[in-house]
Amino acid sequence: MQSSTYSTEPELRSGNISGLRRDFAAAERRQKTGSLLLLLPLLLFTIVFFATPITGLLFRAVHSPEYASFFPNSTEHLQSSGSFNERFYETLFLDIRSSDEARTSGRVARRLNQDQSGFITMVKRAVRASRSAPEDITSYQSWFLDLDDRWGEPDYQNAIRRAVPKFTDFYLLATLDMKRGETGGFEKSPENQAIFVNVILRTLWISFSVTMICVLLGYPVAWTMANASKKWRNILLLGVLFSFWTSLLVRTAAWVIVLQKEGPVNNALQTLGLIDAPLQLVFNRFGVYVALTHILLPFLIFPLYSVMVGIPKDLMRAAKSLGARPVRAFFSIYVPQTFPGLSAGAILVFVLSIGYYITPALVGGPKDQMLSYFIAFYTNNTINWGLAAALALNLLVVTLVLYSLYQYIIRDKRLRLGGDDV
Amino acid sequence: MFDHSLSGRERVFVAAAWVFSGLVIVFLVLPIVAIIPLSFTSDSLLSYPMPDWSLRWYRELMDSPAWTRALKNSLIVAVGSTCLATVLGTLAAIGLNRRSCPWPILITAFLTTPMIVPVIITAISSYFFYSRLGLTNSFAGMILAHTILGAPFVVITVTATLKGFDQNQIKAASSLGARPIYAFRTVTLPQILPGVVSGAVFAFVTSFDEVIVALFVAGSQQITLPRQMFSGVRDNLDPTIAAVATLMVLVTFGALGIAGLAVARRRRKFKP
Repeated sequence: MQSSTYSTEPELRSGNISGLRRDFAAAERRQKTGSLLLLLPLLLFTIVFFATPITGLLFRAVHSPEYASFFPNSTEHLQSSGSFNERFYETLFLDIRSSDEARTSGRVARRLNQDQSGFITMVKRAVRASRSAPEDITSYQSWFLDLDDRWGEPDYQNAIRRAVPKFTDFYLLATLDMKRGETGGFEKSPENQAIFVNVILRTLWISFSVTMICVLLGYPVAWTMANASKKWRNILLLGVLFSFWTSLLVRTAAWVIVLQKEGPVNNALQTLGLIDAPLQLVFNRFGVYVALTHILLPFLIFPLYSVMVGIPKDLMRAAKSLGARPVRAFFSIYVPQTFPGLSAGAILVFVLSIGYYITPALVGGPKDQMLSYFIAFYTNNTINWGLAAALALNLLVVTLVLYSLYQYIIRDKRLRLGGDDV
Repeated sequence: MFDHSLSGRERVFVAAAWVFSGLVIVFLVLPIVAIIPLSFTSDSLLSYPMPDWSLRWYRELMDSPAWTRALKNSLIVAVGSTCLATVLGTLAAIGLNRRSCPWPILITAFLTTPMIVPVIITAISSYFFYSRLGLTNSFAGMILAHTILGAPFVVITVTATLKGFDQNQIKAASSLGARPIYAFRTVTLPQILPGVVSGAVFAFVTSFDEVIVALFVAGSQQITLPRQMFSGVRDNLDPTIAAVATLMVLVTFGALGIAGLAVARRRRKFKP
């Protein structure tokens, strides 16, 4: 009896506890599964239709399989010996022949042409000539050079060398106006291809200018709103919200209409006698600044305003009662307290403007186009998807870095979307 | 309007700030308002003074199959993607705001990235991805892509309303015998409805105003209103553009008005 009590009691106790623990664990698991089940549809949806496509796009920035897949013989030769000798031209001849049958020569030619223009005609001519080539070619090298001298030139040979690897930094380097030279070191791209650093700098400069204009225009508005009576505050807020909610395309179209040569602005200026001939106000940089500022200004005003309403008014009074002159009190007491809202708004405006496509495309001239335009251009017009992907990668990295900074700044609860004051 | 403790010089500053702010608001509002009368011009030029009032350009819009089809396409895509985004976004927000949810901040950050990734990137990656699945040039593709853009807004607005929602009410409901779906319908949903509705409006407006995805994913059969407008502004600017713009302003503010009313009514109903 006694022994059985001793033996069953601990077992009972432990059985109870582990049973309870099991119950708790099971309930917790059920809860967790429940949460995940609710979350799962959107999570999966976002992974499949957003994360996967973007990963696929970024993959294109470093993937260039055309040469290696369709010109396997010369690829193998270059990878083993690496020199442009007679053997190279022989393997190249084989590749040209077999790609003619498989109808893949065009894709290789396009890939090579992205690096060095001229390859499309060179490959086309070689393909055509290979159909009627004699059986016993003594020197393949001279066969190619007779067709076109450029097959022997270093610039063209280096382009082939760069096209061989399946994974390449060619496109990414091209976006920085660089390429790899003969020995694999970095070189500057030739003048006619070196346009992207300029585009990137222009994109950053336009975004920076728009951000500054927004700060200059938005700060007084946010201040007035935060210090106005309820009625006036609502009237001002209504104005900002009206613009904010109006379709982006409508606003862009409105600016094109308003600023065009026969438009109301030019009309008014002429009627007032300020100008004799209509000014060019749109399809240039001025138009881009005006339209982008108009679209992005609310993104600066809202966070700034929500910080400003929370600043106690007695601080300024205290500073003044201690003898600070109003201007000094404003800049040393008031402005620093608005920095969280100011920097959050400014970063938001900057991040949004570097990615804009529609507005610069419609109100800008050819010299005012930003990164997004070139991404679209290389996707649609000149089919150079690797370059489009590499430019997209640049844009994405800048955006995500700045957005993380933004997130860091808005740890402050007041600034969060759906926060207490908003 | 003026604080009487201010000195004379400060009053000048305050008055200057008011004048400046007024001008900025005029800058924000006037260009949009200025094109509305232009849509009623009888002339084919988009400029003032207008020779006469007429509904000519609205008639032209109604008679143009390209514009009416664009409107229909826009509505199909916007309604489809709004429904999908609202359901997915609301469920996800509820899941995210349960105490048992793992890594809520990380997952929210991931789910809302489509809002900050430049749309051109989303658009061309969808274009490449969809062309492999045969989804380009289809309504399905457009709806899926716009759902991606709209769902984050729903997640955010519903999350905001859930912050003020006492989760214990669900426990109370289930202890009284309510099944989860019934508890959701009668306890949770009525209280988070303002968030759901404003999220849906955001999603609708996002889709209704979206051009870039439409430029890449839509085929000639799915041309939407913004895309038609984009080509109009680029190639051939005439008063039909002003008329469409006016209609789009009306649609946007109609949707906002409906949402505002719905939210206000709910608020009144739930005020203690």
